Amino acid sequence: MSAGPVLEVRDATKRFGAVVALDRVSLTLQKGEVLALLGDNGAGKSTLIKCISGAQSLDEGDILLNGASASVRSTVVARGHGIETVYQDLALFDNLSVVANFFAGRELGAPTRPRGLSWLRNQRMAAIAAETLGRLEVNIPDPRIPVALLSGGQRQAIAVARAVHFASQIVILDEPTAALGVRETRNVQRLIARLPDQGISVLLISHNLEQVMAVADRAIVLRRGRKIGEAPPDAKHHDRIVGMIVGAQAIA
Amino acid sequence: MLTSRGAPDSAVEQELATPMRSTDRARRALPRSATGTLVRVIQLGPVLVLAALWILTSLLSPYFFTTLNISNLLLASVIVAVLAIGQLLVMLTGAIDLSAGAVVVLTGIVGAQFAHRVTDDGVLVIACMLGAGGFAGLVNGLLIEKARLASSFIVTLGTLSVAQGIGFVISDGQTATGFPELIRDVGGGYVGRIPIAALVVLGVAVLAYLMTSRMRWGRWIYAVGGNREAATRAGIPVEAVSISVFVLSGVAAGVAGVFSVGLTDSAPPGGSFNSLLDAVSAVVIGGAALTGGRGTVWGTMVGALILGTVHNALNLLNVKANWEPIVLGVVLLIAVGMDLARGRLEARLRLAAARQGDL
Repeated sequence: MSAGPVLEVRDATKRFGAVVALDRVSLTLQKGEVLALLGDNGAGKSTLIKCISGAQSLDEGDILLNGASASVRSTVVARGHGIETVYQDLALFDNLSVVANFFAGRELGAPTRPRGLSWLRNQRMAAIAAETLGRLEVNIPDPRIPVALLSGGQRQAIAVARAVHFASQIVILDEPTAALGVRETRNVQRLIARLPDQGISVLLISHNLEQVMAVADRAIVLRRGRKIGEAPPDAKHHDRIVGMIVGAQAIA
Repeated sequence: MLTSRGAPDSAVEQELATPMRSTDRARRALPRSATGTLVRVIQLGPVLVLAALWILTSLLSPYFFTTLNISNLLLASVIVAVLAIGQLLVMLTGAIDLSAGAVVVLTGIVGAQFAHRVTDDGVLVIACMLGAGGFAGLVNGLLIEKARLASSFIVTLGTLSVAQGIGFVISDGQTATGFPELIRDVGGGYVGRIPIAALVVLGVAVLAYLMTSRMRWGRWIYAVGGNREAATRAGIPVEAVSISVFVLSGVAAGVAGVFSVGLTDSAPPGGSFNSLLDAVSAVVIGGAALTGGRGTVWGTMVGALILGTVHNALNLLNVKANWEPIVLGVVLLIAVGMDLARGRLEARLRLAAARQGDL
């Protein structure tokens, strides 16, 4: 494979009516890199990752995967490229069990045609889900009960574990620890930090600058749909990054 | 280590062999699956209601637990039961099929015309009736998913009227009789004391159970009803799933049509649609959520038996027929109340889980 970036976004532009949500944003993501997307509310972070994950499409600009132009028309296409996304709304099925949520849309079974007419391999799915959740040290009372009965932290952890398990190239995380407790947050962070060892790149949206400094290799700051700047997320650049996020750097 | 998409099987097998740390931890955090147990008790609600009804009725009437009466009860429940299975599939996706009762009547008329004009081979007539039902369901599904006309409620309200009209047109308003023997046997025949129709319903129920609980397609039905947006993102063929449940609801209506014309050997174009309301009631009484995503085939069967038992008990106890709709309405309202209580209890359980989860 090429040594170039796993993901390259060129001049991404997205409009919602008169509102320009993304204005010629470009970025690159190297193999095994953790890239943080920072910015205030409405900066365009969520729109950008939705376009990369196939939930929305760009009006202008290109998305290149491993150097090749990719048309990420849908989330299914993105997943086919090994890109997994944890959305802010988590995309969980409240009525389904933890295991069913974990494998939703790619349940294990025989490769039948049509796909739906296959028996489910429930035990195997349960074993794999339990193994992944155990590694994440996610606290689930009973994997057979519906997700609706779980706490916000448990739900978020399930969504993260699902993405981590299925991703082969890129994991996109939109505020992955917003609803997590201290221990679960630490577990998710540790997990993110371990992904590069598997050759998996991470695109991380977070409001938590401490978290970004803990796990990210690079940070990009967006404001009002534009890429304002880029900085290494370390203590030395902390104030500068904050300045870029809130827009103080224009004055300074 | 991290398992990715192509995880080697050995890792899984190993994990199966060794006890899971996370589960041990979980057992300590929450009192041994108290939540799970409660959920299961709630799910048993309809069975408890049915048992209570049976005990009560048998105390009030010595005839209730006779084989003849049970046989009657079953035969009187088959149409609602099979319709309810179809309706359950639709309601699991969060939709409703109001046209099912009219399709029952229509398939009877279509079957009569087919028997008179084409062939009176019983198997072919039955196939024609199921096909007609399935076609009606396909039209419903396409109108809702492809034409995106409106909600299933409105679309099937429209097709209800259309199906009724077509029935009058092709029958010219006449009630047809003289159905093949096979159909009369299926609708009104017995094996020993057991109605053949009840055995057919059992077969349909087993099939529906296997599809909804053991197959991918069934899992997708629950997923679509649970979170349609997430189902789309997860790559589940939402439209196909949605159309398929309407087709199956139509086929179920065709089966109900066979029962109906078989029992009476007549296909009146002005036939009653009451079976639809009873079927919807059976699904809700059986524990399904009106909003979709929750409900089971066996719960629905229990719901149909509860309704059948209420009908039967009112007959046995010589309650005037005028009271029957009132009693059934009250039963339905109680069931909806139970559904609400269930939702509230779930919310409370979730709160409790939240308090214990984020340690």
